[in-house]
Amino acid sequence: MSFITINNVWKSYGDNLVLERLNLEVEQGEFVSMVGASGCGKSTFLNMLLGREQPTKGSIVLDGETLKDEPDADRGIVFQKYSVFPHLTVLQNVMIADEFSKAKVLGWTFGSSKKVIKEKALEFIEAVGLTPAVKKYPHELSGGMQQRLAIAQALMKSPKVLLLDEPFGALDPGIRSDMHELIHDIWQKNKLTIFMVTHDIKEGFELGSRLWVFDKVRNDPQAPNAYGAQVTFDLPLSARANKEDLNKMIEKVSSN
Amino acid sequence: MKKIMNIKPTKPLAAFLSLLPFVIIFFVYLTASGERLAENPNDKLLPSFQQIYSAIDRLAFTENKRTGEYLFWQDTSASLYRICIGIGISSLLGLIVGLLTGLIPLARSGLSPLVTFVSLVPPMAILPILFISFGLGELAKVMLIIIGTAPVMMRDMQSHVRQLPAEQLIKAQTLGASTWLVSLRVILPQILPRLLSSMRLSLGAAWLFLIAAEAIAAQEGLGYRIFLVRRYMSMDVIFPYVIWITLLAFLMDYLLRKTSEKAFPWYHSNESGK
Repeated sequence: MSFITINNVWKSYGDNLVLERLNLEVEQGEFVSMVGASGCGKSTFLNMLLGREQPTKGSIVLDGETLKDEPDADRGIVFQKYSVFPHLTVLQNVMIADEFSKAKVLGWTFGSSKKVIKEKALEFIEAVGLTPAVKKYPHELSGGMQQRLAIAQALMKSPKVLLLDEPFGALDPGIRSDMHELIHDIWQKNKLTIFMVTHDIKEGFELGSRLWVFDKVRNDPQAPNAYGAQVTFDLPLSARANKEDLNKMIEKVSSN
Repeated sequence: MKKIMNIKPTKPLAAFLSLLPFVIIFFVYLTASGERLAENPNDKLLPSFQQIYSAIDRLAFTENKRTGEYLFWQDTSASLYRICIGIGISSLLGLIVGLLTGLIPLARSGLSPLVTFVSLVPPMAILPILFISFGLGELAKVMLIIIGTAPVMMRDMQSHVRQLPAEQLIKAQTLGASTWLVSLRVILPQILPRLLSSMRLSLGAAWLFLIAAEAIAAQEGLGYRIFLVRRYMSMDVIFPYVIWITLLAFLMDYLLRKTSEKAFPWYHSNESGK
């Protein structure tokens, strides 16, 4: 039995069929990059993994249990933006993750339990390279630093699955490659299972251990919404080794 | 020559320009009052500053012979007490109801239509109902302020809660937060500064309702005094009272703004960045 099993998942909004017949299996520790044209349903799929949306048909099984139908601590998320809390400093933003579970009534921790959380938070802040900015508020950080913070937050809960929704889409190219390195290291070190939606095919190839391309197999020009997208390519990527094949594959995929 | 829309005043010029209208009004009043009084020394309409000063002295700094109290300060404290209680209860209601209806769909379905409905009732129209049901004491006046300002604040808070990015609420859930903790640690601190600015905006309405209620039935209060001395056309009392009310309103607004800047630095730096 795989870590994540997607059993014949369909998703439609009214008459608009977005995804159809998804049957996929993902093992623990895989890094799945999801690409496709806009509106192809890759974000919808991510939202289903997150629990924000429910499959119309079929089921997603995580670690032997059907996914809960609301977001919870099993699944971490980093959005393109608005992932951090603007009213908290960097340190508070990371600490809040454990304060949620340790102080269920007050929401704040004090004394020794606060100290433990603080130490743990500082470790993750260091892991993402934000130590010099612990006392800053998010609005004082650059876009890249905010994303680092969002990643540190998510790591605090050691989620079974980390979901990334175009996490680097709003960043400058130079910063983006730094972030690629960071997320790659974190993935390897923490043995995370990651799903990432990106509109940048190259990013998908470079970063993932597996690439899914979402596209419609059947298309009825008279009724464009009659058929949904499926995963048309499911490519294993042996990390960064097949750079020569990369360009060929990009051509092949983008010609679709 | 630059286009006029691009010309920015220097600091001294800006200060001069902002003072100028006040100075002009002052001198226009001075001449107009002088002329009228020269024609008829008993003219009531535009009292001289001398007369205004003696009225202030009589009300604020001279003991009332019968009661041994200072009318002006008595009026001030009565009015401030009413408006503070009124606005305080209003904002508390606004915060709680707004948070509930903004975050929880079940509460929104249950309460939102009622709040919208109540907010559209003209408060002055139900003032008689308040006087009949709560008597002529403090309660009716405070209730008028609450009924006049609370529904607006509830709606305002609700819309602010709903404007928080959905991503934040989902993020908090993925960090293990319950509905209660999301309210307490994510939403509450973010809408408190907005509550303060909502209070600032409601102050104008609150003063309006306070003075209206005091004008109709009261034994003391700034609005009561103004409407009382109207019978004698005592402009020398009305003018300083109006200016004093304006000053108090300004002061409350200023204090709320400063509190907000002190307590929520992250909110105001966002504001200036926009």
